[in-house]
Amino acid sequence: MTSTTLNVNGSLHELELDPDMPLLYALRNHLNLNGAKYGCGLGQCGACTVLIDNKPVFSCLTPCSGLESKTIRTVESLGTADRPGKLQQAFIDKQAAQCGYCIAGMLVRAQSLLERDPHPDETTIREYMATNLCRCGTHLRIIEAIKHVAGASHGQ
Amino acid sequence: MVEAGDCAVCHTKPGGKYLAGGLPLVTPFGTLYTTNITPDIGTGIGNWSYPAFRRAMREGIARDGHYLYPAFPYVHYRRMTDGDISDAYAYLMSGPPVHSPSKQNQMSFPMNIRPLVFFWNLLFLHGNPIAANPDHSQAWNRGRYLVEGAGHCAACHSPLNLLGAEKSGERMAGGVVDGWHAPTLLGMAEGENPWTKDQLVSYLRAEVVVGHGTPAGPMRPVSLGLAKMEVSEVDSIAEYLLSLQGAPSAPSPEKGEPISAAYQKMGADLFQGSCAGCHGDAAPMRQIDGRPALAQTSALTANTSRNFIKTVLEGVPPAPGAPGPTMPAFANSLNNQQLTVLANYLRDQYKPGHAWTDLKTTLQELRPEAK
Repeated sequence: MTSTTLNVNGSLHELELDPDMPLLYALRNHLNLNGAKYGCGLGQCGACTVLIDNKPVFSCLTPCSGLESKTIRTVESLGTADRPGKLQQAFIDKQAAQCGYCIAGMLVRAQSLLERDPHPDETTIREYMATNLCRCGTHLRIIEAIKHVAGASHGQ
Repeated sequence: MVEAGDCAVCHTKPGGKYLAGGLPLVTPFGTLYTTNITPDIGTGIGNWSYPAFRRAMREGIARDGHYLYPAFPYVHYRRMTDGDISDAYAYLMSGPPVHSPSKQNQMSFPMNIRPLVFFWNLLFLHGNPIAANPDHSQAWNRGRYLVEGAGHCAACHSPLNLLGAEKSGERMAGGVVDGWHAPTLLGMAEGENPWTKDQLVSYLRAEVVVGHGTPAGPMRPVSLGLAKMEVSEVDSIAEYLLSLQGAPSAPSPEKGEPISAAYQKMGADLFQGSCAGCHGDAAPMRQIDGRPALAQTSALTANTSRNFIKTVLEGVPPAPGAPGPTMPAFANSLNNQQLTVLANYLRDQYKPGHAWTDLKTTLQELRPEAK
């Protein structure tokens, strides 16, 4: 066990962690942040996506060691059930979730795209989101929701 | 022919229209942007006659008379038959025209002066259409024609001299392209982990091969292109390549100190957390899907750490519409220190006592390139 300090969603947490523990387990088991999901454990599905220094990573493959000076953001930072964020509201409005398992990863990845490029076109959205899979097949609605936010912020 | 010549590998940018150009080629002399070779009149080759096209393929001179940079492998294409060049022309001209103006090249002085290529051509442009060698089989001859001509394998797999031409004495002895190490093509049938013909054919067709790694980096699109050709063509390429005799192998890096037990533990922990899900001995991909052990990949057995670092930083991106192995990029998941520990650990596992001496400098060079 090693003592590791993680900066998650704006607050610092000092945790005793196995040195080989991927970030996902620390988030879910130690911090009760259950938004990010364990999907494949292989970095192939994207359900575990979180942001490290504003870049999307697969938290199931990212070791906790080495994250001490970085800022980590999870889907919980985007809003709450009562007050969903702009992107979350668009996912609700477009009914983008079927079973919902992939959605946390989708939201976080889309968020990082919109922070980098507030008005991406559909091709850019499709390419950027290609690493995240939805087994229910709601990709088209997910893209609709992202496009909605990308378009709605025009002229603001 | 257009697949055999890998035209789309350079003349299509990621996410761009087929053959419409725009891919940046980073060379030691500056950055070139590939051109639009769709039959668009204004921005492509729509108003190129066949003789103009053939002159470009053989002499490296564009329709309007300017010299093309030798990144366009006309030193190889000139060795193709007239029939194949005219087939490639007919195919390119039959495609949909795409309006896509070329981007301005950013070449450094004096390489930004195109007429200087005239002198380069005097030095390095020779070779005629390839005549059959009656001492070898038809397949071997076909393979040689494809490898030396359209396929232009030597363009990446040879070291380049100071003027960016293939070093004549070291053809196919391995080179560097786009940050990746293109291994030697000499003596592939020999060495520590020799290739069989079946393995090489499968590899060239982007399949998973028992006993070797999978094509990555720039070889990935090349192999996906080869997979669209007749198997017999790829079979010929393999036959020819395996007949190439090995050059004296480069000296192994000096034997380094064995890594300490504590260091080994750090490496094993990182491997367990980030890699073992796919690459561990018990991983489903290994057990069920027949993926080879890391020990058998040239990324880990090569004398340079280049391909290991490239693969971990950038992964093996999925090719849309094509099945095949993929690997996530770890550029944002592993920092330089972790990558160094992992590299030293795995190298020690599979090549004990042959630590990579280039690790630090190569990592410094490649980290900024990772997207």
